[in-house]
Amino acid sequence: MKQKDLILYSGLIILGLAAPYLFSAFKVQLTYLCVLIVLAMTWNLQGGEMGYNSFGNILFYGLGMYLTASVQVGMFFPLAEWTESGGEKTFVHTTAQYFQGIGVGLLVAAIIPALVAGAIGYAILGLRGHYFAICTLGLGIAAGEIAGGIEIIGAGQGFTTPPFPAEIVDPEARGKFFYFTSFIVLVLAFIFVKYIYGSRFRLILNAIRDNEDKAEAMGIQTMKYKIVGWMVSAFFCGLAGGIMGGLIGYIDSTDVAFDGREMGVFMVLMAILGGKGTLWGPIIGATLFHFFKEGLWTFILGWQYVALGVLIVVIVIYFPEGLMGWLREKYPERFGEVIDEKDRKSQVELK
Amino acid sequence: MDFLIFQVPMLMVQASLDGILLGILFALIAYGMALQWGVMNIINIAQGDLVILGGYIAYTMYLAGIHPAWGVIVSPIIMYFVGWALYKLVINKVVDRDLFISILATFGIAIVFQQLMNFIFGADVVVAQSEYGTTMLFDNSVTLPNSKIFSAFVSLAYAVALVIYMKKSKLGRAIRATAQNARAAKILGVDTEKVYAATFGINAALCGIAGALISITLTLHPYVGLPYTVRSFMIVIVAGLGNLPAVAISGMGLGLFEEFADYILGTEFRIGAVFMLLVFILVYRRFKLSKKREYLK
Repeated sequence: MKQKDLILYSGLIILGLAAPYLFSAFKVQLTYLCVLIVLAMTWNLQGGEMGYNSFGNILFYGLGMYLTASVQVGMFFPLAEWTESGGEKTFVHTTAQYFQGIGVGLLVAAIIPALVAGAIGYAILGLRGHYFAICTLGLGIAAGEIAGGIEIIGAGQGFTTPPFPAEIVDPEARGKFFYFTSFIVLVLAFIFVKYIYGSRFRLILNAIRDNEDKAEAMGIQTMKYKIVGWMVSAFFCGLAGGIMGGLIGYIDSTDVAFDGREMGVFMVLMAILGGKGTLWGPIIGATLFHFFKEGLWTFILGWQYVALGVLIVVIVIYFPEGLMGWLREKYPERFGEVIDEKDRKSQVELK
Repeated sequence: MDFLIFQVPMLMVQASLDGILLGILFALIAYGMALQWGVMNIINIAQGDLVILGGYIAYTMYLAGIHPAWGVIVSPIIMYFVGWALYKLVINKVVDRDLFISILATFGIAIVFQQLMNFIFGADVVVAQSEYGTTMLFDNSVTLPNSKIFSAFVSLAYAVALVIYMKKSKLGRAIRATAQNARAAKILGVDTEKVYAATFGINAALCGIAGALISITLTLHPYVGLPYTVRSFMIVIVAGLGNLPAVAISGMGLGLFEEFADYILGTEFRIGAVFMLLVFILVYRRFKLSKKREYLK
């Protein structure tokens, strides 16, 4: 079993490292995939494991995006002038400045959202169930609306992130840089989530999901763990946002950064599609979703949101357990579950 | 404070009147929300999009040369069937399930509605001209479009009619019985499936009325549905389910808040302020309840 795992992981890492060379035309798509997997995996941590279904993780994603770009610009040039009138033409980052900027920016983009999650966590995570869902939905949209009114980060007309340094002549360099950055983040996120899955922390999160009152009665300080769980999500959402900001090259408050209509829904949908509360579910869900999206989007141009809406409804109603949940029901032995046939047959369905 | 609204007292009167008249409209949408939440225990994120769809029905009438005010009669009739169809297609599968499922499923419906309206009616901001003129008050310093007064009166009339209907009619009694205890109602011979469909239809019809009124007082756009959902959600959680006077009052309160936020923070932060208010209300309730070691249910 251990050796099988080793082969699997090394195979995946080699595939990940070789992917931009094998599918050199799809580097942007692969970067997207990495980011989507990170988002789904970390959403699952508190949506699936903790039972706190958040629509508002987009808040941290957008925050990370704005922070990375702001730090990257603000470290070397006045931010207000950059965003005011096409600053990217007046000020040019040198190669060193660009990479220093994005490095520090990503660091900030990871830490600040985590701190924000910690700061608002006590207030927000006291809400339960659907109130939490609606409250976080409100937070995400409010953040977008408010960011759209702040002058220094470009307000309604958007924020152009620093372009990739022109001194690097290799046309492939930009794609490779963003792909490998996102891949590193993905590997880090996976290692971290995998570690959590083997720890007591996950059991506590599951206890909170199954019955928070009882968990509290058993002496678990649920609030502390809920906040930590949310902070982990926020940390990786911020990183993912920072990378996407650099990749897209342009930040709009409601359509790119705090994009509750796309990314905000995608991360929930991907986790549910793959199966909430499993390690591999969100990864498989994100991959499937990405292939579906990229494959189908271009053929149904204009109708993609209709398709997305229908997809949400269908998945939620007919497939709420996701792929892993379905597999689990079908092959319980593979998941280490033992079924007492006699007991199952003796159960009478109550309606 | 150098806010314009504090220097010119008449602007306060203007904002207050606007807010109250708008609030009555919000209360009507919230009443529909409370109805279906109380009866079917689902939270409908597509509420605002039903409102906008109702508005577009009135707008289509306006384009066809009929006065848009007739929309307050036509739109609820069409919307009743839209709601009924929506129930039969999707909602009946989420009634007994987790609330999160209903939130996500109706979120999907909202996206579909937005996009379809975008295809059919275009992405422009539109308004149906009622040509009702304006009323000038206090030496012409306060202007009040008559359409707003009209919309407030229509909302009130429909709300009163609905309350009487819920009290007196057979269906109204069945709806109230189902809200109290669906299982007991079923045993006593109420066809709950029918009641649910009717409830969702009535909710959609209320949205249709509100939408028709919005088409003549405010503006329509395919993507502005969500703020209406959030407003009605807010009003319901402040007022509680099934408390109609409280719904009306908190609706007006929300209207006032919005108008003042508009003047003080600026129009660009208006929607942001609404969503932040939602967060603040929820957090406030949460802290208030946590003193008694309870939480919002």
